[in-house]
Amino acid sequence: MSRSNFTRRGLLKTGAVAGTTFALPTIFTSRAANAFTNEPTGSSVTFGFNVPQTGAYAEEGMDELRAQQLAVEHLNGIGDGGMLSTFSSKVLTGAGLLGKEVKFVSGDTQTKADIARGTAQSMIQKDGVIMITGGSSSAEAIAVQGLCQEAGVIFMAGLTHSNDTTGKDRKANGFRHFFNAYMSGVALTPVLQKVYGSDRRAYHLTADYTWGWTQEASIAASTEAIGWQTVQKVMTPVGAGDFSSYLAPVLNSGADVLILNHYGADMVNSLTQAVQFGLRDKQVNGKNFEIVVPLYSELMAAGAGENIKGVYGSMNWNWQLQDAGTKAFVKSFGEKYGFPPSNAAQTCYAQIMLYADAVTRANSFNPCAVAEALEGFEFDGLGNGPTLYRKDDHQCFKDVLVMKGAEAPTSQYDNLEIVEITPVAQVTYAPDHPMFAGGALGDCNPGA
Amino acid sequence: MFGLDRKDTVFMLIVVVIALSAPILLNPWPAASQMAQFNAGYPDLMQRFVVYGIFAIGFNILFGLTGYLSFGHAAFLGVGSYAAVWMFKLLSMNIIPAILLSMVVAGLFALVIGYVSLRRSGIYFSILTLAFAQMSFNMAYSVLTPLTNGETGLQLALDDPRILDAANTTNSLPVTNLFGAEMRSSVTWNVGGWSFDFSVGYYVCAVIMLIAFYTSVRIFRSPFGMMLRAVKSNQQRLNYTGINSRPYTLAAFVISGMYAGLAGGLLAAMDPLAGAERMQWTASGEVVLMTILGGAGTLIGPFLGAGFIKYCENIFSKINDQILHQWFALLPDWLENTLVTVLHPFIGKGWHLTLGLIFMLVVVFLPGGLVEGWNRITGLFRRKPKAKPSATTEPAE
Amino acid sequence: MDAILLQILNGLDKGSAYALIALGLTLIFGTLGVVNFAHGALFMIGSFCSVTLSKLFSLSFETVDPTKLDFLGNPSKVTTPYVQAWFGPELGAAIIDWSVPLAILLAIPVMLIVGYVMERGLIKHFYKRAHADQILVTFGLAIVLQEIVKYFFGANPISAPAPEVFRGSLDFGPFFGLEANKVIYPYWRLVYFFFSAGIIAAVFAFLRFTTFGMVVRAGMADRETVGLLGIDIDKRFTVMFGIAAAVAGLAGVMYAPILSPNYQMGMDFLVLSFVVVVVGGMGSLPGAVLAGFLLGILQSFASMNEVKSVIPGIDQIIIYLVAIIILLTRPRGLMGRKGVMEE
Repeated sequence: MSRSNFTRRGLLKTGAVAGTTFALPTIFTSRAANAFTNEPTGSSVTFGFNVPQTGAYAEEGMDELRAQQLAVEHLNGIGDGGMLSTFSSKVLTGAGLLGKEVKFVSGDTQTKADIARGTAQSMIQKDGVIMITGGSSSAEAIAVQGLCQEAGVIFMAGLTHSNDTTGKDRKANGFRHFFNAYMSGVALTPVLQKVYGSDRRAYHLTADYTWGWTQEASIAASTEAIGWQTVQKVMTPVGAGDFSSYLAPVLNSGADVLILNHYGADMVNSLTQAVQFGLRDKQVNGKNFEIVVPLYSELMAAGAGENIKGVYGSMNWNWQLQDAGTKAFVKSFGEKYGFPPSNAAQTCYAQIMLYADAVTRANSFNPCAVAEALEGFEFDGLGNGPTLYRKDDHQCFKDVLVMKGAEAPTSQYDNLEIVEITPVAQVTYAPDHPMFAGGALGDCNPGA
Repeated sequence: MFGLDRKDTVFMLIVVVIALSAPILLNPWPAASQMAQFNAGYPDLMQRFVVYGIFAIGFNILFGLTGYLSFGHAAFLGVGSYAAVWMFKLLSMNIIPAILLSMVVAGLFALVIGYVSLRRSGIYFSILTLAFAQMSFNMAYSVLTPLTNGETGLQLALDDPRILDAANTTNSLPVTNLFGAEMRSSVTWNVGGWSFDFSVGYYVCAVIMLIAFYTSVRIFRSPFGMMLRAVKSNQQRLNYTGINSRPYTLAAFVISGMYAGLAGGLLAAMDPLAGAERMQWTASGEVVLMTILGGAGTLIGPFLGAGFIKYCENIFSKINDQILHQWFALLPDWLENTLVTVLHPFIGKGWHLTLGLIFMLVVVFLPGGLVEGWNRITGLFRRKPKAKPSATTEPAE
Repeated sequence: MDAILLQILNGLDKGSAYALIALGLTLIFGTLGVVNFAHGALFMIGSFCSVTLSKLFSLSFETVDPTKLDFLGNPSKVTTPYVQAWFGPELGAAIIDWSVPLAILLAIPVMLIVGYVMERGLIKHFYKRAHADQILVTFGLAIVLQEIVKYFFGANPISAPAPEVFRGSLDFGPFFGLEANKVIYPYWRLVYFFFSAGIIAAVFAFLRFTTFGMVVRAGMADRETVGLLGIDIDKRFTVMFGIAAAVAGLAGVMYAPILSPNYQMGMDFLVLSFVVVVVGGMGSLPGAVLAGFLLGILQSFASMNEVKSVIPGIDQIIIYLVAIIILLTRPRGLMGRKGVMEE
C-alpha cells in the first residue's frame, strides 16, 4: 500500500536527524531550541487523532477516525477532495500543508479523561504531533484541552457538548466546532412549543455528571422561558443500566413531558425502557405524554431502534442536509466506507480542514499564529452553513438542527429526519452568558 | 550495604542502574526506523511505568506478604491525586508538600477502611474493600463534585490562590516543580540515529521509586515482613500462639495505602489532573492484575507487571493499519495484505484482545508470573539452577 | 402508597435479575471455589444470543428497486428476510418479532457448550491453583470473549425488542383498589420476573430432588469423601459448570429487551454479582437469591425522590453500603457456610 511512503519517510527522517547529529555528535539539545512545541522540521507534519476505540463510545470514535483519515487524504491530494472544493476559503490545494506531507498517529482514549490525557501526552512527546483532535465526551475534551494548553499544541475538539468546554474550562489553545447544550436548548424549544404547546409540565432525568447538569440547566431554562413548568429534576447514576426505578414515578408526578438528559448507552436504555413503560401511550393532563432527547447521535439512535420514532432532539449536523458541502463530504465518505458519516465524523473532518486552512493562511505552524488565524474566522461550505469561530471563547456559531425520529425510515441510516434548521442568530449568546461564565482563555501557549 | 545482604545489594544496584538509564534502555530503536513504534522511552510513559510500579510494589506488600486481596486499592491512589492537586491549587506548585499530603491523606483513608475491612478475611475482606472503593468512586463522580470536579476531573485554574507561590503575573497556568526545576523540562540527546529524552519529571519519579523499592525490600526482609508472611501461611496458628495479628495486617494495609497515595500524588505532580476514574473498580482490578501478572510475593514482579500492562496500553493501542502496511511494505503485496489482515484484530482498537490473550498465556504457562519466565530463561543458562534466585521469595500462596 | 408499590415491583424485577446472575456465579464461585471473572461475559454472551437470533431471522436477500435511491444517489436495494420468503410475510414477521423468547432455545445449547468447553479446556486446570491465578485467567478470558463479540457486533448497544404483545404495561391499580394508571408496570418486566422465578425454582428442584443434584450437593460439602465413594465428581462438576453458564446466559437472553446488549455489559454486572454472592454468603444458593432480591428492593427504594432528597446520591452507593453493613454484622454474609473462601 505505502511502499513509496516507507522509503520517502524513512529517508527524509533519517536525513533530518543525521544532519543534526553528524555535525554535533554528542550535544544535548534542549526542547527550548525550537520556536514552539514540535516545530516540524522535516518534510512532513503529524496530527494526533485521539479517539475512543474501546469502551462505550468506541463506535463514535472509530467513525471520527474514519473522517480524520479521509481529511488527511484530501489534504494530501488523494481522493476526490471532499469539502475542499466547497470550503469558502480557497487556500488549501490538496498539496499537503505548507509544502509538507500530512501524517497522523492515532490513539485509544478508552472514553476516559485520564487515559485520553495520557495518549495525548504520548502523541506530543513521542510522535511530535502539532495538533490533536478527536474525543467523544466532554470530560475527555476538557482534560486534553488542558494538556494541549500546557504543552503548547493546538486542540481541535471533536464531539463535546458540555457548555464548560468553551465556558468555564475554555483554553486559548482549544477550539470547538461542535455545538453545545445551551444551543440545543434554545434551538429545540421553539419547535417543542410549536408541536407540544406552551402549557407543559416537564420531568427531567439527568445523567449525574457535569455534562448532564449543564444540559439540564440549559433545557430547563429555555423551556421555562416559553412557559413550561419543571416538575422534577432527578439525577440518575451514569451507566445505571436499569432506569425502572427512576421511570416508575414519572407518570404519577403530573408531568406530561419526559426529558432525558442522557447520552450513549444511558440514552439508549432510558429511552427504550421509558417506551416499555408505555409512557408514550398515556394521556396526562388531557395531553399525549411525550419524550424529548435533547442531544441525538446517529449511532445511539440506531441502538434505540424503533423507540425513537417521533422523539425530538437536536444535532450538530446530519448527512441528509442538502448543501453542497454536505453532499461532497457524504459522497466522499460514503464511497470510501460504504455508509454515511455521523455528525461526530463531520465535526472532526471540519476541524481538520479549519486547522489546515488556518495554518496556510497564517503561513506558520506556530500554535499562536494558527490560533490568531482561527479567531474570528468566518467561513462557509463545510456543511453547517455560514459559521463564525468566535474570538472570545473559541466556539463555532452556526445553524443547529432539530431532529425527529423518523416514522417510516427507508434504510438503517435515515432513522432521524431533519425537522428544522435553527438559524445561527437564534442560538448565539454573549460570551459572558451566566452558563458560560467563570472561565478565561488565558494566553496562547506555543510551548518551548 | 544499607542494611541489605550481598544478594539484595547487588539486586538493588541493578535496579538503580536500570532505573537511571531507562531513557536509553527503553529507546533501543533509532527514531527514524520502523521499529521506533516500539520505543517506550518518552517521559510520559516512563513516568507511568515508575508510578504504577510504585503502586504495584505497595499493593504487593499487602497482597504478596499477607495474602489479603484488596479490591479497592485504587481509592487510595485517587485520594492521593486529589490531595496533591488541591495542594497545587491552594498552597504551592512545589511537588514536595503535595506528595507528602497525598501520602498522609491516603494513609488516613487506608487506616479507616483497613480498620473496618480487616475484621473479615478472605473474599469477605475483598468485597468490603471493593465496596468502600466503589462508594468513593461514585461519590467523587457525582455528589462530591465541588471537591473533585466530578467527571471532568480536578484541574488547575488561573485564579487559584497558591498562597506560597509568587503571584502569577502571566496569563498562563504555572507548572509543577521541585524548587524551581520544572517537571516538564527535558533535554534531548541525539546520537547517531537515536534520540533520547531525559526529563526532570522522570528522574524525580525514578528516585522516589528507588526509595520506595528499597523500603519494600527492607520490609520484606524485616521481622515485620516475617510476621506478615506468617499471617499468610496460617493465621489461625499465629493466633493460637497468642499473637494478635490484626495490628500487623493493619500496618501492612496502611503502608500499602500510603504507597498508593504516593503513586497518586506523583501522577498529579507529573500532570496536575485528578479524575474519578482513577478510583473505579477497574483501576483496582488493574493493580491486582499487574501484581499477579508480574508475580505476586516477589520483589520485582509487580513492577514488571505494571510496566507490561502500561506498555500494551500505550504502545499496542497506537499501532494502526497504516503502520502495519509500512512495516510490511517490502513484502509482496499479497503477503503484506494477508499479514495486515491477520494482525488487524490484535492492534489499535483490538489491543484489549492482545492483553487478554497474554493474561491467559502467562497464567497457563508461567504460574509464577513474568518473574518465573525470567527465572526459567536464566535457569537455562546456568549449570546449577538455584532453587530460589535472589530476586524472589515465595511464589504466590 | 402507589409509589411504594411501584418500587416494590421494581425491586422484585431488579432483584430477580440480580438473583439469577448471582445464582449462576455462586454455583461456580461459592461451590466449585473458582473465582470466575468471566461470569459477566457469560451473561453478555447470553444477551447476544438474542441479538444473533434476531439477526439470523432478519437475514435477507436483496433486490434492486430502481424507484428509490440510497444516500449516495444510487438505486437502493430492498431487502426481504428469508424467513418471510419461506414462511409467508405474516408468519415470517411473527418469527422475527418473537426472536428474543425464541433465543432461549438457542441459548441453552450454546451456553451449555460454552460452559463445558470453558471448564474442560481451562478451568479444570485451575481448581488447585491460587485464587489469584484464577482471577488472572478468567479476567483474560472475559476480555477475549468481549473482544470477539465486539469484533462481530461492534461496540454500540444493539436494540433487541420484546415481542409486540409484551410491549406496553399492565395497570395494577384496579387489583389494589387504586385509581387507574397509578401503578403501571411493563409486561416484559413481569415476564422477566416470572421467568427468573421459574429458572431459580428449576435449579433448586434439580439440586434437591434428583440423584444427580444430591451427589453434587454432597460434593460441594465434602468433595474428597464423595470421591472416595467411587463417584466421579469431576464429571458432575463439569455439568454443573455448564448449568451455571446456562443460567447466566438465560438471565442475559431475556434481559436483552430491557438493556440493549453491548459488548461491555458483562463487566458492569460482574462486580455487582460478586457483591450479591458474597452478601448472600459463600457457598449458599438460597443466600445468593435472597441477597439478590434484598439488594434489588433496597436499591429501588433508594432511588425514590423522597429518599434522594434527604440523602443525595444514596442510590449510587446503597448496594455497597448495605454490603458493608451486612458483612460487618454477619461475618459470613446472610447464609454463608463456615470456611468457604475465608482464607
